[in-house]
Amino acid sequence: MIKVVDLHKSFGKLEVLKGITTMIKQGEVVAIIGPSGSGKSTFLRCLNLLEEPTSGKIWIGDQEITNPKTNIMKVRQNVGMVFQHFHLFPHMTVLENLTYAPMKVKGMTKVDAEAKGLELLQKVGLAEKANEYPNRLSGGQKQRVAIARALAMSPDVMLFDEPTSALDPEMVKEVLEVMKSLAHTGMTMAIVTHEMGFAREVADRVLFLDGGQLVEDAPPSEFFSAPKSKRAQEFLEKML
Amino acid sequence: MGFGVNLNFSQIIPSIPFILQGVGVTLKIVVFAALLGFVFGVILALCKIGRIKVLTWLADAYTSVFRGTPLVLQLMIIYFGLPQLIGFEIEAFPAAVIAFGLNSAAYISEIIRAGILAVDKGQREAAMALGVPYKRMMRDIILPQALKNILPALMNEFITLTKESAVVTVIGAMDIMRRAYIVGGQKYAYFEPLLIAGLIYYILVIILTLLGKAVEGRMRKSD
Ligand SMILES: Nc1ncnc2c1ncn2[C@@H]1O[C@H](COP(=O)(O)OP(=O)(O)OP(=O)(O)O)[C@@H](O)[C@H]1O
Ligand SMILES: [Mg+2]
Repeated sequence: MIKVVDLHKSFGKLEVLKGITTMIKQGEVVAIIGPSGSGKSTFLRCLNLLEEPTSGKIWIGDQEITNPKTNIMKVRQNVGMVFQHFHLFPHMTVLENLTYAPMKVKGMTKVDAEAKGLELLQKVGLAEKANEYPNRLSGGQKQRVAIARALAMSPDVMLFDEPTSALDPEMVKEVLEVMKSLAHTGMTMAIVTHEMGFAREVADRVLFLDGGQLVEDAPPSEFFSAPKSKRAQEFLEKML
Repeated sequence: MGFGVNLNFSQIIPSIPFILQGVGVTLKIVVFAALLGFVFGVILALCKIGRIKVLTWLADAYTSVFRGTPLVLQLMIIYFGLPQLIGFEIEAFPAAVIAFGLNSAAYISEIIRAGILAVDKGQREAAMALGVPYKRMMRDIILPQALKNILPALMNEFITLTKESAVVTVIGAMDIMRRAYIVGGQKYAYFEPLLIAGLIYYILVIILTLLGKAVEGRMRKSD
């Protein structure tokens, strides 16, 4: 469960998030959409404190992560993140990418970490790439490895920041498939995306951000067929 | 022969083994100074990019001073000046290692700082998002990538160090340079032994250059 209360974030004088309040339930899949620069990435990055909120409170589970006493490192171990540009570690093999954090951060043994890593690679369909270096993979394969890397920490929550935006069109599907099956396992997911079809099909709720405000929060059936706000209507017209 | 181009290498040949013994001295100084310079350079670089203002300032000041004064002065201060303060003599070898090590640390720290900053910001974020602590992230994720990028620049620094090490002759260390000079004095002929010394330095530099290229080539294979 994620709870966000009156979240503000400014970069210098620029106020990017202007008081966002929302809640994401256990096992819920939430799509975050909105125009470029509306604050989607910033919002997502506040959820694992890659950006430090200017004010407001965030809970992950029963932990208030905005409380200065909270151990951020521990929280991050529990919140997986997938980036637009993958950010795999280029000097490690695929399997090492998956086992590094579980071993070095969680203290898992090499045997256990590798077993778990291989199992995850199997799930994302890349078991045969275990010993390749990332630069030998296609974009879609890299992103699937990145998802597996995040899952290797057994997180309770997964954050995705435009996971398919850097991919060639023919590779988008394989990544969305992996995310879809992850959603079916009951993972709590927050996904910034421009894939409207995917949002409509997989998300339980759509959050529409514009100008740093949460303008709309509705199930996809409602949001896509009858958006309430003018801004969402305009946005959808442009997208479709 | 008119002006009498009076080069006579045959009288120097018996002294060549004596000059060559200096290769060991030179290499020993260079290797230890390079190690010291590298380790201290990494520490300085981490201070420069870290968030502790005092350390950043100190590391910057250090670099500025060591780059802004002559190496031979630093060497002489350590060899001739320092004993006045600490009350005992320093041998030429450790004095040379310390002076060259401290000096090249200043240059190496700048190289490494630039290398760290050139590593994609996403690497840091990916590590942070996995909950990897700062020290581990630096050691396992950022530094290995930074070092790969700056290998040519580092190699250059070591080559410079090899050549510059010839100034240890001013504190009497028996390196290639000093030996060539001594032979010159004995035979009343400086040109030939100094040419031989030059040739030895040149060969050392060529070997280092080839070594650097080989290491680089191997690294590029993993790309
Ligand atoms: N580190 C930063 N420093 C200064 N300004 C920033 C920083 N990060 C983001 N911004 C600004 O904050 C605003 C919101 O950025 P953000 O990346 O959250 O938007 P977004 O909705 O994710 O956009 P996009 O769809 O293009 O990814 C933008 O105006 C951006 O320029
Ligand atoms: Mg964004």
